[in-house]
Formats: sequence, structure tokens, C-alpha cells
Amino acid sequence: MNDERRPLRQRLLGASTFWIGLVLVVLCVLFSLLRPDAFPTLFTLQTLLIEASVLLVLAVGMTFVIITAGIDLSVGSVLVFAGVIGAKVMEGLSPGSNASGAGVGIVLLGLLAALVAGSAWGLVNGLLIAKAKLPPLIVTLGSFGAALGAAQLTTDGVDVRTVPKILRDGLGFGQTAQIPHMVALAALVTLLGGWLLHTTRFGRRTFAVGSNAEAARRAGIPVSGHLIRVYTGVGLLAGLAGFMSLAYFGTTTIGGHSTDNLNAIAAVVLGGTSLFGGIGTVFGTVIGVFIPAVLTKGFVIVGVQQFWQPVAISGVLVAAVWFDQVRRRSRER
Amino acid sequence: MSGSVAEPLLRARELRKSYGSVQALRGASFDIAAGEVVALIGDNGAGKSTLVKCLSGVERPDSGEILIDGRPVVLDSPTAARQLGIETAYQDLAVAPDLDPAANLFLGRELRRPGLLGALGMLDKATMRTQAAEHFARLGVTLQSLDVPIGSLSGGQRQSVAVARSVVWASRVVFLDEPTAALGVVQRERVLDVIRAVRDDGVAVVLISHNMPEVLAVADRIEVLRMGARVARFAAAEVTLEQLVGAMTGALTQEDDR
Repeated sequence: MNDERRPLRQRLLGASTFWIGLVLVVLCVLFSLLRPDAFPTLFTLQTLLIEASVLLVLAVGMTFVIITAGIDLSVGSVLVFAGVIGAKVMEGLSPGSNASGAGVGIVLLGLLAALVAGSAWGLVNGLLIAKAKLPPLIVTLGSFGAALGAAQLTTDGVDVRTVPKILRDGLGFGQTAQIPHMVALAALVTLLGGWLLHTTRFGRRTFAVGSNAEAARRAGIPVSGHLIRVYTGVGLLAGLAGFMSLAYFGTTTIGGHSTDNLNAIAAVVLGGTSLFGGIGTVFGTVIGVFIPAVLTKGFVIVGVQQFWQPVAISGVLVAAVWFDQVRRRSRER
Repeated sequence: MSGSVAEPLLRARELRKSYGSVQALRGASFDIAAGEVVALIGDNGAGKSTLVKCLSGVERPDSGEILIDGRPVVLDSPTAARQLGIETAYQDLAVAPDLDPAANLFLGRELRRPGLLGALGMLDKATMRTQAAEHFARLGVTLQSLDVPIGSLSGGQRQSVAVARSVVWASRVVFLDEPTAALGVVQRERVLDVIRAVRDDGVAVVLISHNMPEVLAVADRIEVLRMGARVARFAAAEVTLEQLVGAMTGALTQEDDR
């Protein structure tokens, strides 16, 4: 038996993450060469990272879901719902329903409310998918509409605009040693997600469930319970993303997240995670988040009409899925 | 002509199982003692796979009784069966194609690191890999690499891993559903050697196979299923191919077992 591990170079070239990472590097180099004065600057990097941090948190959760061969279309709406609940709780606890001057205690309660609200939607999704055996696409399409509707019902369709100043200054705009706090939080979530997916039993079982759910079940893995935990987890992260969005925009942005779900899915798939389940990395998702972000930023700076960005992304996305298909087919024997 | 030498380790009595209007098992019975290889044979649709699923906790029979060491047990999940020392290599393999061989061997019983990291759920990948390599070497499973997804291996290698997984963890009974179907000549002989070795360790081996020479070569006893019920039992040393075929096709009905 050959006990040698495959050499690093060979493993690297075999990984789709490597190639998509190369695309990101090439993009960065290209834009830097085109506008050396404007693109490779600290300010551009900071805004790029801040603008991507909310999507990154969503995409980390989405990575787990897609590895189980599932999908979650509801993340953007759950984000809005959780933000609304968090904001309403903070307003409700503040004098005169104006949360602008609220203290740390109220902010933390608002965070808790947002996390609980997000997890609750995730739990509902998970129960319907794992217990009622409904297709994830339909279940989360339902909660996509329902969570947004619930958010609008809660606010009568008017954005909540009083967000505690300390939340906006602390998380939304705050930075330590040039590192924006939004970015630090997203990075922490990403590291934890990567650790959970790639080194723990939970992560291993996430892959197993997505690779062959029946085999996992026969191997004694509680598949239903695992799926419920995964969907609750992505709901929790959507709740956190909702709170981050609240801190950054200073309003609940009810109408602004209708394509978050597709952006998150695109990022995950770009990063080499297979829509058929069983394959994926958090690192790839990070790259998948930043390719559209860099394209958008780069197009603006270089002066290309921004409407080219979705065209370019779609091309790369389709190519990534094609690559995955070819890889799978070549493996089938 | 029943070759049972001891109190059966595992006994199924009068199992019935229907899928809609299809009766897969119509009062099937089965016995096996520790340290015995029993071949379960029958034509396609005789109910072999359904019987195995019922005895390994994947399906629950509609009625009937399963006894281990003479005590009735309820196998309501694969986990329940595994906790009783019953393992199965399924005909459809039931491996996770995207995971590597070691991960598949330890599927559902992953080793965790000692101490705090283990309590946090961290896997001990190195130990699992080492142990997997040892088990594969001991069982004569040759793989080019332990680091590739099992889906990229040949059908025979995948089957070898599935068989190894069931054999490694079985402490009392192991079901092997067509364990040699995808194998070449050399691998097939290795699997038969593994079956004998496992039997000598005192584990009961149930072999489901269509390959009559193979059945006669390795089994101690043979039980024949037809139309969802046991129709005959033979000691392998005393039976002829004609008798087996006769029992499978219905030309010979030896028992209405009760």
C-alpha cells in the first residue's frame, strides 16, 4: 500500500480552489496595473473588505448548507427580519422609542434578539427539510417570502432608523489598527466556520450527509438532526449578518437584500463547493466572495460601466459549475 | 438436515414486510450461530436484501420476531443494530464517495482528539488514518492512495473498503450482501479469506451471493429464500448444486420452518 501523502504541488493543482484563487490574484494585479494610484490603496482595501463582510458571514453559513447538498434562499430575508427584530427590541427598550442613545446593555439585548430571530427561521427551515422531507429549494423559497413579509408587517414597511450610536461607531465604522471591526468580526466567523467544517466531527458529518445521506444514516449518523443544526446555524449567521448590516447602514434596509441569497450561493459555488454536496471549503468561499467584490470595485475605479460586473460574474460562475461537472464525470467509473 | 450446532446467536422468526402492495417478506425465518458462515441464497426478488435490511436495522419488519442470544430485540435503527455488534456491507455499498477511505472506515464512529480539543469536537485524523492503514493491510485491501475520495477508486476497491468497514467493527454478526460482485479474481479470494478469518474469531458471517461455487467454498450452511420465506436449509458439505438450484426455483421445498 502506498502510504505517502500526495505531494503538495499535486494536491494544489488538483484543487479547484487553487484555480479560482489564481483568478482573484490576476484580477487584483490587473486592476492594480490599470490604476496603480487608486486600486492598490489601504482605503480601497478597507472599503472592499467592509462591503464584503456581511456577505461573507452569509456565505460561510451557506457553505455548510450547500455541502449537505441543500440550498438556502431565505438568508437575505432572514437577515432583514433579524435586523428588524434587533432594531425593534433596542427601540422598545429605549426611552421614547429612540434607540440612538442606547447603552451597551441594550445593544447586547438587540444582538441576542437578532441572533434568536435568525436561528428561529433556520430552525423552521431545518425542521421542514429534515423532518417533513420537503425540498430545501421550496422550503427556503417559502421562508424567503415569509421572513421578508414578517419584517414588513413588524415595521409597517417603514425602515427602523434609530440605531444606537455606540453600535454604529463601535461596529459599523469602528476600527483598530486600521482593521475595521466589521472585517474583524467577519474574519472571526470565517475562521470559526473553517475550523468547524474542516477539523471537527460536525464538519466531517456535514460532508458525509451531503456525499451520501443514506450511507450516513446507515453508518449511524443522525442525518435529520444534523440537517436541522446546519440550517439553524445558517439562520444564526444570517441573524448576525442582519445585526452587522444594521450597524453599518444605520437602518434596517428592508428592501436592500433581495439578491443576497443568490450572491451568497454564487460565492460558495465560485469557491469550488459542489451544488451536489459533499465537496467544498470555507477558504474557497472567501475567494468566491471577493471575486465579485473586486470586480465591482475594480470596474468602478477603472471606469468600466458597472453593469458589466454581473455579466462577468455569471460567466465565471457558469465556468466554475461546468468545471465541477467535468471533474465529477471524470471520476465516475 | 439443519446444521445448527449451537444455540443460534441471531434468530429471525416469521418476519413479514410489505412495501405498498408488494410483500417482500412473507414469514421469513433465519438462524445463525457464532463462528458460523451461513450463505443466504435465493433468486432475484426472493427477499434477501429486505431480510438483511430488517436484520441490520435499516428497515423495520411489519411483524415477526428477532432474537439475539435467545432474547427478543428491537432493531429500530442501524445504530441499534451496531450497538449489538451487527454490521453490514450493503449491496449498494453505502459509502460516502467524496470522503477518503479512512473517513469512510470511521464513518459514524469518528475518533476525536484527547482532552479539550476532542471535547470541542476536533477529529483525530492522524490516528484514524494510521489505524485505517493497518486495518486495510491486515484485511488485504490494497489502495493506491489513502488520500483520494473513495469515489475515484475502482468499483472493486470501493467494495473492498465497504467490506472492510463492516468486518472491522462487527463483534457478533456481519452481513455481506454480494461482497464479491465487483471484484477481480485475486480480490475475491482475499474477501473469502477475510470471511474465514472473521468466522474463526467467533463472528457470525451471513453471506448473500449468487455465486454458487463461492457459496459452496466458504459457507458452513446454506439457507434458501423463495418468495419471501425460507424454503430450505443445507449443510454445505452435504449439498449439491442441483439441490440448491431446485430449492431456489421451487422444484424442491424442504421445509415449512417452524
